Amino acid sequence: MNWTAIASIYRFEMARFFRTLAQSFISPVVSTSLYFVVFGAAIGSRIQEVEGVSYGAFIVPGLIMLSVITQSISNASFGIYFPKFIGTVFELLSAPVNFLEIVMGYVGAAATKALFIGVVILATSMLFVDVTIAHPFAMLAFLVLTCLSFALLGFIIGIWAGSFEQLQLVPLLIVTPLIFLGGSFYSISMLPPIWQTVTLFNPVVYLISGFRWSFFGIADVPIGMSLLAILGFTMLCLGIIWLIFRTGWRIRS
Amino acid sequence: MSNILSITNLRKSYAGGFEALKGVSLDIREGEILALLGPNGAGKTTLISTVCGITMPTSGSVTVGGHDIQLGYRAARQMIGLVPQEINLEPFETVWNTVRFSRGLFGKPRNDALIEDILRKLSLWDKRKSAIKELSGGMKRRVLIAKALSHEPRVLFLDEPTAGVDVELRKDMWKIVAELKKDGVTIILTTHYIEEAEAIADRVGVINSGQILLVEDKDSLMSQMGKKQLEVELTEAIAEIPASLADHGLTLIRDGQALLFTYDTRADRTGITSLLNDVSQAGLVLNDVQTRQSSLEDIFVDLVSGENA
Repeated sequence: MNWTAIASIYRFEMARFFRTLAQSFISPVVSTSLYFVVFGAAIGSRIQEVEGVSYGAFIVPGLIMLSVITQSISNASFGIYFPKFIGTVFELLSAPVNFLEIVMGYVGAAATKALFIGVVILATSMLFVDVTIAHPFAMLAFLVLTCLSFALLGFIIGIWAGSFEQLQLVPLLIVTPLIFLGGSFYSISMLPPIWQTVTLFNPVVYLISGFRWSFFGIADVPIGMSLLAILGFTMLCLGIIWLIFRTGWRIRS
Repeated sequence: MSNILSITNLRKSYAGGFEALKGVSLDIREGEILALLGPNGAGKTTLISTVCGITMPTSGSVTVGGHDIQLGYRAARQMIGLVPQEINLEPFETVWNTVRFSRGLFGKPRNDALIEDILRKLSLWDKRKSAIKELSGGMKRRVLIAKALSHEPRVLFLDEPTAGVDVELRKDMWKIVAELKKDGVTIILTTHYIEEAEAIADRVGVINSGQILLVEDKDSLMSQMGKKQLEVELTEAIAEIPASLADHGLTLIRDGQALLFTYDTRADRTGITSLLNDVSQAGLVLNDVQTRQSSLEDIFVDLVSGENA
């Protein structure tokens, strides 16, 4: 394993993040505050409790997931798309590194950035509502796994994308609706029975449910299912990336 | 001298069906400078890209230092440095970080002293903290060279390195190339400045339409294929070549002030003695005589135009 190369890619990607640290920090704080104003104060005042948890606290795991998933995807997809766009990808392809090392560097950096934002959102949330974390290690594990798996998906999107518009297409048209419909701001038990069944086909439901369980000990789906879903999704993304590098699809002519 | 790079029957066809390399075989000796000449679209960049791992070969094999570029890609690529034709650099990063990144990417441990030395040699030291986007085109080209040298390659590819750069950089670059050669680094360069290949290369390869037309020792190529010309300057201009000189195939140049005689250095008899005798007998008075040898450029143009004909 070429650890020096992995560290170099990771450091180089993180440098981009540190160049815009203030933006990276301020934007999640502002957006989280807005969510609390809109959902917490305006709507939340009409919904007292969901499954024994105050509505303001109930939406915290969903809010974190919403940002973490979108940030993981956008960081990782931009991270690999940008070298393709400006042509510096030649260096990556001619370096003595394999696909796993490239992925570890790029996805590791993208996941770290998303994790940072997740922690910032959690800290901001604590300023608005009382949040207790029932299973802190499980919470951290879910957070890290979510960051990694969606950064892997972002990496695939970055390789697939042929333009900046395409880079936005999958997150906007598929991922964001899945997150919003995945129980970020509600419990799926609040839905009519038919929609509860339909919702179970949304993979994000399992993530948000598992993550919420780590906070409040309540879940829409069994915790084992959540864990299985996220591990399965991670393996699927890794398999696709392995295939991409083996065939050279969209990166090596 | 042993071969450090062996290319055997290398073929590359792109998805659209275009065959960029049509069975290229080429051995490159350790420590030599090989100049690869060829018109645009001849396959030079595809050849380099395939050896470096950027493009996947359709068939054939390439070994670098005995390591196959596919089965032993780590060992093979570790030996190779590439200065690409296009200026591809991360615009927002600093010179120092960009060069340091390249060294790390190739698995080499941090060595700030070496990077400093490279940056100083390329007159980039003062710009080390500048973002790439703030640099001029020539400076960016220097950064590309610094990146390629940062991981101490044993084989260096320079793909049109002097295209669009000023005289200063060109001089710096050839100074570095000479130093690298002294250290035993093998250099393969493609260039449009044939006079540079002529001045710096040990061997010259000519590629056209995806095929290697020849690979020759530069000096022997020049002497084998070079034609010499003898220019006979007359004291008085003439309107036409006298009939008695018709057999020599002369050309009247400079408004009749001189006669141009082309001869083959490989021939048993060059025909110079009989020409001068005949000129004298024709009553023409010589003012001066000079010879000149055809350049590599002439040879290259002859070869490629012959191939395309």
